[in-house]
Amino acid sequence: MTTDRPTGDPWQTATVTEARPETRTAKTFRLALPAPAPRLAGQYYVVRLTAPDGYTASRSYSVASAPNDSGEIELTVERLDGGEVSEFLHDEVVVGDDLEVRGPIGLWFVWEAETPAVLVGGGSGIVPLMAMLRLARQSGQSDLLRMAVSVRTPDDLYYANEITGPETTVAYTRAVPPSSTRPPSRLSEQDLAPLLLPDATAFVCGSPGFADFASGLLLGLGQPVEKIRVERFGPTS
Amino acid sequence: MAKPTRGFLGRGKAARDPRLPPGQYDAGDQWPVLTAEVTPQPDLASWSFSVEGLVAHPTTWNWEEIHALPGSAYSGDIHCVTTWSKLGVQFSGVSVDTLLGIAGLEPTATHVMAFSSTGYTTNLPLADVSGGRAWVVWEYESAPLPIEHGGPARLLVPHLYFWKSAKWVAGLRVLDHDEPGFWEQNGYHDRGDPWLEQRYQGD
Repeated sequence: MTTDRPTGDPWQTATVTEARPETRTAKTFRLALPAPAPRLAGQYYVVRLTAPDGYTASRSYSVASAPNDSGEIELTVERLDGGEVSEFLHDEVVVGDDLEVRGPIGLWFVWEAETPAVLVGGGSGIVPLMAMLRLARQSGQSDLLRMAVSVRTPDDLYYANEITGPETTVAYTRAVPPSSTRPPSRLSEQDLAPLLLPDATAFVCGSPGFADFASGLLLGLGQPVEKIRVERFGPTS
Repeated sequence: MAKPTRGFLGRGKAARDPRLPPGQYDAGDQWPVLTAEVTPQPDLASWSFSVEGLVAHPTTWNWEEIHALPGSAYSGDIHCVTTWSKLGVQFSGVSVDTLLGIAGLEPTATHVMAFSSTGYTTNLPLADVSGGRAWVVWEYESAPLPIEHGGPARLLVPHLYFWKSAKWVAGLRVLDHDEPGFWEQNGYHDRGDPWLEQRYQGD
C-alpha cells in the first residue's frame, strides 16, 4: 500500500453549507471544501477550532457521505456532555461558518466497493459505515454489502429514513418501532448469521464495549479474525 | 497561527497544563481504547517476547523469564494521536535497553519494527527505543495491565504518540533501514513526536 505524502499546509478552511439534526444528540454538518481530495468510504476528517489566543482543539469525525465529486463532505457529530469540540459544533456553528479541517485520513477502515463487506455498527458507530452503504447503493454494488446496526430505541437511529433496505438489519435493544417484528434485545448471532457473505471483510464500529461484543459474535459465527477490521470510537468530544 | 474560529473561546491557554503537547487535552481519569483489530485472548502460558533480526543473539523470553530480568518503571505522561493525553501515570516492566543488551545489536542496526500477537506492527528508530526511553510493560499503576490496554504486555515509548507503544507486543525486529508499520502505511507519521505534532504523513 502506498501513502500519500502531502506537501504544504494540510489544513483547509471549509464552509458549513448545511447543519441538520439526525437524532436528539447527533447533527450532520455539510462542508464545502476549497481543496477536496479523492477519498474512500470509511475515512475521517479532523476538525480544528482555534481560539483568539491561539489555543486549539481538534477532533476526528468520520465522513458519512459517500465519496463523490461534489467537493462537499458530511460529518455526523455526536454531542458529548463536556465535549469541548462537539458541544461547540452543536451549539454554536451555523450555516455560513468557516471550519478548519484536514483529511481525508485513514487507509485501513475503508471499503472500495470491490469485495464483499459486512458492516456492524453500534450507535454513533454507524457513521463511517453509512458512507460505505451509500457508496454501495449509488454504485449499484449493494449485493456486495450487508449491514447491521444496533441502537437503543428508534429515536437513536441515525439516517433513519435511509437505512431500510434488503441489505440492512436494525437491532433495537430497548424499544422497537411499531413495525418491528423483532423484540428489543441485544444484537445476536441470529441477527448477524444471515449477513455473513462468503469471503467478506467485516467492519465493526462503535464503543470499545460494543466493538468487542460484536467482534465476539462474528468470531463465533466463524468470521476469521484477520478479516475483522475494528474502529473504536473513543470520547471524540 | 490559524484564523480564530468564530465564537470559539477555548479553555484558555493560560490555564493549560504545560505537560500537554500542542493540540492535546487531558483525558483525566479516562483511558480511551482505540485499536484497529479484535482484542486478543490473553494466554500467559504461550506468551513470549523476541528480539530478532540484526542481533548477535536472537532471544525469546517467556512470561517467567522476562519477569526475571531487572525491572524498570516509567512515571510520566502519555499522548495519543487522537488528541487525548494522560498525565502522571505509572507503568512498570523491563527497559528495552536490557532486552537489546542481551540480544546484542549488530553495528548496522538503525531501526526496529515492533510486532504484536495480532499482526500489528509499528516502526521506530533505534534511538527512540534505547537510552532509557522505551519499555516492555505489564503493570499499570501497580496492577496488571488490562487486556484492552495491551496486556499482558505492551511496548511503552511515552515520548512518541501512543500508537508507537504497540499493544500485545510480541517482539522487536532489528533492521538496518526504516519501513512503515501498520498505521504508518495507513497514513500516519513515521516518527510521531507529539511536541512536533507529527500526526500524519507529511507533518
